Amino acid sequence: MYEKVLEMQEFISQPWPWWMGGIVIGLTLYLLFKFNKDFGLSANLRTMCAADGAGKYADFFEFDWGKQGWNLMVALGAMFGGYVAANYFGGDGLAHISDAAINTLNQMSPEPYLTADNVHIVPGKDVMHGVNLPEWWNLYSWKSLFTLRGLIIIVGGGFLIGFGARYAGGCTSGHAISGIANLQLPSLVAVIGFFVGGLIMTWLILPYILQITI
Amino acid sequence: MKLFKYIIIGFLFGFGMWKLEAISTFRIIEMFHFQSFHMYGIIMSGVVIGIIITQLFKKGKIKAVHGETVKFNDKSHEWWRYILGGIIFGMGWALTGVCSGMMFVLVGSGYTVFIVFIGAALLGTFAYGYFRKSLPH
Repeated sequence: MYEKVLEMQEFISQPWPWWMGGIVIGLTLYLLFKFNKDFGLSANLRTMCAADGAGKYADFFEFDWGKQGWNLMVALGAMFGGYVAANYFGGDGLAHISDAAINTLNQMSPEPYLTADNVHIVPGKDVMHGVNLPEWWNLYSWKSLFTLRGLIIIVGGGFLIGFGARYAGGCTSGHAISGIANLQLPSLVAVIGFFVGGLIMTWLILPYILQITI
Repeated sequence: MKLFKYIIIGFLFGFGMWKLEAISTFRIIEMFHFQSFHMYGIIMSGVVIGIIITQLFKKGKIKAVHGETVKFNDKSHEWWRYILGGIIFGMGWALTGVCSGMMFVLVGSGYTVFIVFIGAALLGTFAYGYFRKSLPH
């Protein structure tokens, strides 16, 4: 019996093919709709602001946020999901990106640090699977936060995400998935915007930010 | 206990996104360099199945648990907000390689520095709410 469990764990721990995205997203949408709820994780940011009393400063935050508890639970569940996946089903702990992508990433760093064996799934320290991510790429750490480069990436990225998601009225889940699934032209426009912004950042700005050494 | 089911739904989503490597900054950079089909496959397969599920619920072929037909709201046609907000969001998405759902997954998986990222996102949300009336929509 225990062996069967281990076999199962090993099976799930393999890297998942892209089409599993359809199953995961489809299941998420189905269950949320079944309970008459919509899919949109960035709405939680507005709820958290409102719950902290932001309604005193802007009427945008004056809404019945008490009814949004369910969505905070989805976010809490996503945290647990990340914990269990990373700790018990992490597999080899690598991001299985293409050789072309590894080349591109190596052009962004002063030396070609990355190989197919050390691209940890996220640019942060791996404690579970023994992936030895080069220190230069260790962006997701408290130590990194206290460098200018890490500060820009963590605080700057967070600010833009929070500002942009509410300005656009949704994020990847609200527009790219459920908005387009509901055949909303505004969502398609927003997603094109996501890509324009993403291309500008990835091609024109990010390479310079990564070079910052202070 | 009524809210417990939503933790399960979030769990499935967060677990899946981790295993699909959608939480990976490296995957996002790869996507914006068009160097793999992977991320496009995730989004497109999600959208295709999403369209089918949405239509089934919209037409009442599938009903919610209490037998009611699920209502879907149309998005308003304020084009500037989608263009400008979209570009700003996209820049943030590519800068950290993380979107607003994935930040919760990353905190949970042990990258506690993302508490600061969520704090910054709250600040960004607050800034939008504060300046909303002077922004073009």
